[in-house]
Amino acid sequence: METKKDTWKLGNHEFQSRFILGSGKYSLELIQAAVELAKAEIVTMALRRANEGGLANILDYIPKNVTLLPNTSGARNAEEAVRIARLSREICQSEFVKIEIMRDSKYLLPDNYETAKATEILAKEGFVVMPYMYPDLNAARDMVSAGAACIMPLGAPIGSNKGLCTKEFIQILIDEIELPIIVDAGIGRPSQACEAMEMGATAIMANTAIATAGDVPLMAEAFKNAVEAGRSAYLSGLGRVKEKGGSASSPLTGYLED
Amino acid sequence: MSAENHINESILSDEIKEHQKKNRIDHMKYMPDMEVLESDILDKVLNYVENYNYETYTEADVKRALSHERKTPEDFAALLSPAALPLLEEIAQCAKVEKERYFGNSVAMFTPLYIANYCENYCIYCGFNCHNKIKRAQLNAQEIEQEMAAIAKSGLQEILILTGESRSKSTVEYIGEACKIARKYFRVIGLEIYPVNADEYAYLHKCGADYVTVFQETYNSDKYETLHLAGHKRIFPYRFYAQERALKGGMRGVGFGALLGLDDFRKDAFATGIHGWLLQKKYPHGEIAFSCPRLRPIINNDKINPMDVHEKQLLQVVCAYRLFMPFASITVSTRECERVRDNLMKIAANKISAGVSTGIGEHVEEMEDKGDEQFEISDTRSVEQVYEDLEKLNLQPVMADYVYV
Repeated sequence: METKKDTWKLGNHEFQSRFILGSGKYSLELIQAAVELAKAEIVTMALRRANEGGLANILDYIPKNVTLLPNTSGARNAEEAVRIARLSREICQSEFVKIEIMRDSKYLLPDNYETAKATEILAKEGFVVMPYMYPDLNAARDMVSAGAACIMPLGAPIGSNKGLCTKEFIQILIDEIELPIIVDAGIGRPSQACEAMEMGATAIMANTAIATAGDVPLMAEAFKNAVEAGRSAYLSGLGRVKEKGGSASSPLTGYLED
Repeated sequence: MSAENHINESILSDEIKEHQKKNRIDHMKYMPDMEVLESDILDKVLNYVENYNYETYTEADVKRALSHERKTPEDFAALLSPAALPLLEEIAQCAKVEKERYFGNSVAMFTPLYIANYCENYCIYCGFNCHNKIKRAQLNAQEIEQEMAAIAKSGLQEILILTGESRSKSTVEYIGEACKIARKYFRVIGLEIYPVNADEYAYLHKCGADYVTVFQETYNSDKYETLHLAGHKRIFPYRFYAQERALKGGMRGVGFGALLGLDDFRKDAFATGIHGWLLQKKYPHGEIAFSCPRLRPIINNDKINPMDVHEKQLLQVVCAYRLFMPFASITVSTRECERVRDNLMKIAANKISAGVSTGIGEHVEEMEDKGDEQFEISDTRSVEQVYEDLEKLNLQPVMADYVYV
């Protein structure tokens, strides 16, 4: 029996891999490991790091067969994000853009209001817009009506490897939003990636967790396995997991006679 | 050692001692045309420093500081105390983890370009001071362009433009023109020039600069007064508020530095960190950077040294900055040798200069009228060498981390 391919879509593009390499810490080894071992089909890149034709240009490290996802890191408001996105379309020849807008140099938390504004402008210009946001249902709905292609809620402060601190809120987005939910930022361990996938996330994005591992290729493989395990668990329909109270052996409704 | 009797004798000469006896203007009073900000940050920083008694901290305080996920000013104080020195290995390990969390293995590369060395200040430890008999020079637009083109060829994308502190020789317009030229060759432009008013920072930002670094040198205003005998730089509060004016002028980030060895380095490093911390709280979007310079020999005084700030203490300071503000950028200059710099990059710093000359017009061979150096550099490696050495350390050199918007 042939099983149906488990794919997902961003705009008109179809993907099979549910692991996306985030930006931030780059090395050739990391990108190779992410693509070959973690099976990433999408690699994020901070446009501000691109050094076209120059020394240490990260574009040189990215294989041609992956989808390049430029982000707008460095932008402090919608206007700057829009300008970076337009520039990225020129340089990277990619219609994908991940919106990152931060007004805080300490925690690097995304600004949902400015992100929604930028999403609207860029979606109208034909970009496949992927907004990185704090998981707030109302703001996520704004992103949807602004034309976002997916929602990228953060699991924990960026680079913190703290896992799914915002789990309950991400679950609400998964339950309520029709677009793909890609959990971004904070995932520090394969087990956390697995947990997000089990919850029903469409994909996860990580970088630091693999970049700073002792054995980068091995960790990349661990992420691939974790993402797949979580996805299978979600598809299989998780068994009942009780968090509170016991299962009464004599049900409370057992007295009912007619 | 108390701050009062902390004097670095290596700086002093008979001539300077004579000059120090003369009457000088009030260093706390603004000169005409100096913008006065409504801000309480100076009082706050000085208050923190006044209450910082580093001898009172114990090993237990340092261990407690290390166990905190986010370091408080109290933790920062403990990490800079003498009690922290025996725990330096542990501190370095923690700093490395923090650095990698925020910066991974990437290290930003840049080079300084001195476009002039005229100076109206009399800072007794600096080679550019107006009484020091050195060869003075200023590059014209064409020479600046030649120098920048030569630097850009090395692959660098970030440049730091420096002038001596002479407002009349190196005017704001002159520096603005240099920024405009730099925009043609570089992605990131920093300034290390005399402090200016917020509207002038705004003008320089428009010309292409986006990072401003101003060293306060020492936060002990009484000591400051005996080291900066004349010129605009003598005005302590105007210099102190330079970073805040720069942020108000639209600059993306600001850099801080105490010149370690001038005064009590623990208090100065503490003040520097608190200064950056308070400013980031007030301007959350502002990027913060620290430099950690130690005193170096200059022309006509080869004895100058950083006194009690040895390599151990330098590492302590760099790690304390990293742990207190893990997201801040930390630069280690060519004042330090290759061995020290490479190791600091591995542990806690994330930004390094390369192919450095602190003289004027030294990147293009055929250029004449060269001006003398500000201080002796210790690490003379070229851009290519530093690049290769970083790679050998499993660090990733980064040429540009910013896109103009």
